[in-house]
Amino acid sequence: MLLLDHTGEIANRWTEVAEEAALPDGPVILPLSRIAEAEGRPETGVHLPNTADPRPLPPHFPHLALISVAFPSFADGRGFSIARCLREIGYTGRLRASGPVIADQFGYLLECGFDEVWLPESVAKRQPAADWLDRLGAVSLSYQRGREGRASILDRRRAASGR
Amino acid sequence: MYRYDEFDHRFVTERVAEFRSQIDRRLAGALTEEEFKPLRLMNGLYLQLHAYMLRVAIPYGTLSGLQMRMLAEIAQRWDRGYGHFTTRQNIQFNWPKLKDVPDMLDALASVEMHAIQTSGNCIRNTTSDPLAGVAVDEIEDPRVTAEVIRQWSSLHPEFTFLGRKFKIAVTGAEEDRAAIAVHDIGLQIVKNVAGETGYRVLAGGGQGRTPMIAKELRAFLPKADLLPYLTAALRVYNLHGRRDNKFKARIKILVHELGIEEYARQVEAEFAAMDKAAVAAPTDEVARIAAYFAPPKLPDQPAEPEAYTRMLRTDPGFAAWVGQNTHAHRVSGYRAATVSLKPVGGVPGDATAEQMRVMADLAETHSADEMRITHEQNVVLPHIALGDLYTVYRGLRAVGLDAPNRGLVTDIIACPGLDYCALATARSIPVAQAISNRFASTERQAEIGPLSIKISGCINACGHHHVAHIGILGLDKAGVESYQITLGGEPAMGPAIGERTGPGFSYDDVPGAVETIVETYLGLRESPRETFLQAFRRVGMEPFKEALYAAA
Repeated sequence: MLLLDHTGEIANRWTEVAEEAALPDGPVILPLSRIAEAEGRPETGVHLPNTADPRPLPPHFPHLALISVAFPSFADGRGFSIARCLREIGYTGRLRASGPVIADQFGYLLECGFDEVWLPESVAKRQPAADWLDRLGAVSLSYQRGREGRASILDRRRAASGR
Repeated sequence: MYRYDEFDHRFVTERVAEFRSQIDRRLAGALTEEEFKPLRLMNGLYLQLHAYMLRVAIPYGTLSGLQMRMLAEIAQRWDRGYGHFTTRQNIQFNWPKLKDVPDMLDALASVEMHAIQTSGNCIRNTTSDPLAGVAVDEIEDPRVTAEVIRQWSSLHPEFTFLGRKFKIAVTGAEEDRAAIAVHDIGLQIVKNVAGETGYRVLAGGGQGRTPMIAKELRAFLPKADLLPYLTAALRVYNLHGRRDNKFKARIKILVHELGIEEYARQVEAEFAAMDKAAVAAPTDEVARIAAYFAPPKLPDQPAEPEAYTRMLRTDPGFAAWVGQNTHAHRVSGYRAATVSLKPVGGVPGDATAEQMRVMADLAETHSADEMRITHEQNVVLPHIALGDLYTVYRGLRAVGLDAPNRGLVTDIIACPGLDYCALATARSIPVAQAISNRFASTERQAEIGPLSIKISGCINACGHHHVAHIGILGLDKAGVESYQITLGGEPAMGPAIGERTGPGFSYDDVPGAVETIVETYLGLRESPRETFLQAFRRVGMEPFKEALYAAA
């Protein structure tokens, strides 16, 4: 497994907890069904399947330090919209993409609001962290106004023309 | 025409470099074939029956002489000397080698072209009216909107891994020449009661194995809300469109299963919650784009030049071509002309490098350096002075591009079919050629009048057979080609899906069956002014069915 963010590989401190399992000490990621247990517990996150509706989650945001969004396959792009939606409804904590996404999607993931990617070994062994950083710079411009503070082409045009 | 600025140039150049690296990383094993496939598709590269195929985007079908010349050069240098113009206003090269593709993309980038999102489960090339900026019935040039959408949808971080492909079409005129009702989203530029310009938004149209006519999502959308509203519509589709079955993954199935009211409710909720200012194109940016589409400065021309009327009188071939292939222009003394890529017995939509160069020359000299590709797989020269029309006609005739058949029975749309396509279940091109040969006579075509024949070589319906007056669908029945025929389809003027005649026909029997249908129509029409479609809508399927199957 490999955890990375825009700086490269980082250490994973989080333990994913199954439906029935006892809660260990330290940072945990709960299944969505146990989201209520996050209240009052430090360093607690929740895992969202990509079929879950994020709209009812805001009441839980103050108790969530991390939300992990499932990518069952790199070709299943629902997670991108879930991330955008979570950011739009006010989630400001750590956002993790979890599953076999690929390095070519790193820029899109960050633009949609993800902070980190949790990769299975099947992808990590072919696409080490260096590949991911390398891909980030591949297309340095975007036409959309994203989140990461990156100026879009539209904004650069305005700046260039002094509009 | 839109011209790239430094940012557009850098974007496309970086994208080509990225694709080059994706090919290298596939060869090195960093990307699996499964991972590489959607990446190459998103860059227009298919693996077909015999070779790779590169589909190049011609945004909203508009291109310059320089660009057409580059397509000719690519055809000659890296392909077999020809290209195939498609129903989505793009061009396909059928024989490139994988190793050459990045060089082809560099060549395209040098003339402000690319292959971005001409395939794959993403937002595809936005299509539009081939008579944009010319048509008398136009409210506003739809290409401004199409270019705004092109930029917004290019490598969109949220919408590049959708459940299925997503096609948007825009029209700015009363007569819909962009077939917006058979697109995932159709936009019609309209004016509301207050006189403001905005969009009527349709959603959930499409062809394929489950053809559907789009339904109205919004009667009037203010122009400034275009991108936020599209974002909302796409997001609801991305989150809730089916992913369990590729054949039920288009937005038409979602709209059908939810109902347009429920889909609209969800879109409006998403739209209401959105930070619109963060998504919308700034008005000064839209104005910047719109300036590129200002009408060309066409010199004053006489409304009826003497030489023109003389040639009309004395050259019947020219007169027939002008009558059938040219269109009214909003500027007096000008017409737009359709260059038919449907010579009798030819391959619909194909053009050789030489033909492309001739069209480029004629466009540069006589048509304000502009051409349009139509969804009927023809080319339009939009701005020709009447006094130049004969020269243009002669130039086209010299390379076999003078067929006077726009909208007639030999103006056939056909997908590549089993001659090229890995998905095809039957041949399309030879069927089109056989039908075309059977109706070769110009007089007979004129007598039959407006009639569209469209042929698809499989159920995916790339040949648009569902919306043909006579649609032909080639299937594989236990290893033998079998062709279903549908009647009464129409993409625009009261859009309708064609109705099946009955059991299919063998490959050899298709031209005869089409002839039977045409003869039946000629026998029952009330007058030569009643078109095939009007007659079919009046009498229904029965007389045609009887003529086709009674003898059997």
